[in-house]
Amino acid sequence: MAEILVLVDHVDGAVRKTTLELLTLARRAGEPAAVFLGTGFDAARDTLGEYGAAKVYVVEAPELEQYLVVPKAEALAQIAQSSGAAGVLLTSSPEGKEIAARLAVKLGSGVITDAIDITVVASEIVTTQSVFAGGYTVTAQVTRGTPVITVKPNAVTPEATGGSVGAEEKVAVAFSDAATKARIVDRKPRAATGRPELTEASIVVSGGRGTGGDFAPVEALADALGAAVGASRAAVDSGWYPHAYQVGQTGKTVSPQLYLACGISGAIQHRAGMQTSKTIVVVNKDPEAPIFAMADFGVVGDLHTVLPQATAEIQKRKG
Amino acid sequence: MGAAPASRNPPGLGGRNPAMKIVTLVKHVPDATADRTFNAADNTTDRAGVDGLLSELDEYAVEEALKIAEAGDGVEIVALTMGPDGADAALKKALQMGADSGVHVVDDALHGSDALATAQVLAAAIAKVGDVDLVLTGMASTDGSMSVVPAMLAEHLGLAHVGFVGELTVSGATVTARRDGDVASETIEADLPAVVSVTDQINEPRYPSFKGIMAAKKKPVETWTLADLGVDAGAVGLDAAFSVVREVTKRPERTAGTVVTDEGDGGVKLAEFLAAQKFI
Ligand SMILES: Cc1cc2nc3c(=O)[nH]c(=O)nc-3n(C[C@H](O)[C@H](O)[C@H](O)COP(=O)(O)OP(=O)(O)OC[C@H]3O[C@@H](n4cnc5c(N)ncnc54)[C@H](O)[C@@H]3O)c2cc1C
Ligand SMILES: Cc1cc2nc3c(=O)[nH]c(=O)nc-3n(C[C@H](O)[C@H](O)[C@H](O)COP(=O)(O)OP(=O)(O)OC[C@H]3O[C@@H](n4cnc5c(N)ncnc54)[C@H](O)[C@@H]3O)c2cc1C
Repeated sequence: MAEILVLVDHVDGAVRKTTLELLTLARRAGEPAAVFLGTGFDAARDTLGEYGAAKVYVVEAPELEQYLVVPKAEALAQIAQSSGAAGVLLTSSPEGKEIAARLAVKLGSGVITDAIDITVVASEIVTTQSVFAGGYTVTAQVTRGTPVITVKPNAVTPEATGGSVGAEEKVAVAFSDAATKARIVDRKPRAATGRPELTEASIVVSGGRGTGGDFAPVEALADALGAAVGASRAAVDSGWYPHAYQVGQTGKTVSPQLYLACGISGAIQHRAGMQTSKTIVVVNKDPEAPIFAMADFGVVGDLHTVLPQATAEIQKRKG
Repeated sequence: MGAAPASRNPPGLGGRNPAMKIVTLVKHVPDATADRTFNAADNTTDRAGVDGLLSELDEYAVEEALKIAEAGDGVEIVALTMGPDGADAALKKALQMGADSGVHVVDDALHGSDALATAQVLAAAIAKVGDVDLVLTGMASTDGSMSVVPAMLAEHLGLAHVGFVGELTVSGATVTARRDGDVASETIEADLPAVVSVTDQINEPRYPSFKGIMAAKKKPVETWTLADLGVDAGAVGLDAAFSVVREVTKRPERTAGTVVTDEGDGGVKLAEFLAAQKFI
C-alpha cells in the first residue's frame, strides 16, 4: 500500500490532537507515514506510533525554526517525491495552508483545503468540504499529481491502533536560497489559559456583544463543561477578549461537538466559523436573533442570569 | 523582480520611476449576504447570477498600501484582479479608495480555474507590471476562502511570503511584520520584493471619498488577456484544473430545535438539555 504522508503539528515534540486525526484519516487511504520537522521527536515517537504511523521521516535543521514556512515546504516536497507518497495531509491552520500552497506548486499537484472528511472511492481520495459559510457541502478530488489536502480540526475522532513506529528515517535536506528569505526575529508564546485549545475543543462556549464586556459568566460555564472560550468579532473589537479567540471568517473555524453562542446575533461571518458544529445551543434575549434559526436548543433570556444558573445546575449534577 | 519583460511600462506611469511599486490583489466575489450558488452545468461558482463586489478582506490590503503610500514619497499602487467581465468593479473600488491604476486580467479560457492556475496567471501579471517591490493581498477571499493564492504566488515568483499579518512596517528594502498565530505571536523580517497577506486586524479600510470617486473615473485601467501574459490557455480553466468538484449539495436547513423562554428556570432547562444529550 502506498504511503500517505501526515505532517506532524507539534510544539517541541508535543503532538497536537489534529495530527492524530490526520493519522486516523490517512489509514483509510493507505499506509500512514508521519513527517516530523524540527526538534523533539523523542517526545513524539510513542504517540505517533500509537495512532498508526508505521513509519516516520524526521528532519532536524535549524532553518526549520529560524525561517518562515519555506524550509518546511521544501523538506516535505523532498520526502513526498522520494517516498512516492499517494497523498499528503496537513492541518488546516494558517501554517498548514501556507505549506500546502507552496508544496502543491513544487509538486505540480492539486490542492484541496478545509476538508471535513476523507473517503476512498475506487482507490481515489475524495474529500468533503463545507463551503459558502456552510451553505453547501461539496465533494472533490485532486486529479493531478500527489493530492495535497488540508483537513479541519475535529474532522474525525482520533482512533489509536496501539501500534508503534516501525521505521525511522532521518532525512537531510539542502535548503534553497528561497528558504531563508523570511526570518523569524522574535517569538512570544501565547500565555496558557488552562482551557482546551479553541480549534481542538469538543465544547466551545462563545460570548458576543450581549456580554456587555463581562465574560465571567461565559468563562464559568466553559470551565464547568471543560470547554474552550470563543468570542464574536464585536466582542473582540470592543477589546473584551483577545483576537486569538475570535470565531468566524476572520478568526478561528471551530467544529466542536457542542457550540454555545451567548449574546451573539449570528452574522454570516460568525456562522462561517461555527456552522459545522454538531450541536448548537443559543442564549440570546432577542427571540428574533438569526442565530436561533440554527439552534438545536435555545433560551430566550438574559445571559447574565441564564448562564450562572446553568453553571450552578451543571456543577450540582456533576456532584 | 529582475526577470520582468522589457515592455513593462506599467499603466498610468508614463515612464516615471516610482521609489516603490506596490501591487494590491483585489478579487471580485459574489456578495456573501446574497444567496450564493453554483452553476449546475459544471459545478463552478455562479458569478453571473449574484451581485458581486470587492472581496471585503482585500480592502485591508488596499488600505495598507495607501497607508504606505501616504507615509512615503513616490509610492505607486497598482490594483490587480483576475475575473470575468464585471470583475473590474473590484478595481473601481480600489481606485476610488486611492490606488493609482488598475489591471484586469480577463479571458474566457480562465473560467473554472483552480487556485494553482489563478496563482500562475496572477504571477505572470505581476511580472508584466514589472519592478514590483511589494504585493499586498487579503488573508482569504470571501468565496473560495482557501488562503493559498498569496503563498503560491510567492512560490512562482521566488519571493518571500509573510501571511496573516496584523501589523506591517516597511523601511528601506525590508518589511517587518507581526503575525499572531495559534501558539505564538511572531515578528518576521523579509527582504523586498515580498508578498504579504494582511488580516482584518491590520487597519480600518477607508470609505471612498467623493473626491476619490471622481478621481477614479480618470485613472487608467488596462485589460490583459492570457496571450498578453504569455500564459498558455490550455494550462488554465476548468479542464486543466488539478482538482475537480464531484458533487455539490445544498446543506439541509438545520431542523428547528427547541426554543424556551426564560421564566426563571432557563439555566436549569439548558443544563437539562445538555444532560439529555450526554454533554454532562
Ligand atoms: C470582513 C468581515 C469579517 C468579519 N469576521 C468576523 C468573524 O470572524 N467573527 C465574527 O463573529 N464576526 C465577524 N464579522 C462581524 C460580523 O458581521 C458581526 O458584526 C459580529 O459577528 C457581531 O457580533 P455579535 O453577534 O456579538 O454582536 P451583535 O450582532 O451586536 O449581537 C449581539 C446579540 O446579543 C444579544 N444580547 C444583547 N444583550 C444580551 C443579554 N444581556 N443576554 C443575552 N443576549 C443579549 C442581542 O440580542 C444580539 O442578538 C466580520 C465582519 C466583516 C465585515
Ligand atoms: C467554494 C469553492 C471551493 C473551491 N475549492 C477549491 C479547491 O479545493 N482547490 C482549488 O484549487 N481551487 C478551489 N476553488 C477555486 C479557487 O477558490 C479559485 O481558483 C480562486 O481563484 C483561488 O482561491 P481563493 O479564492 O480561495 O483565494 P485565496 O487564496 O483565499 O485568496 C487570498 C487572496 O489572494 C488574492 N486573490 C485570489 N484570487 C484572486 C483573483 N482572482 N484576483 C485577484 N486577487 C486574487 C486576494 O487578495 C485574496 O484575498 C474553490 C472555489 C470555490 C468558490
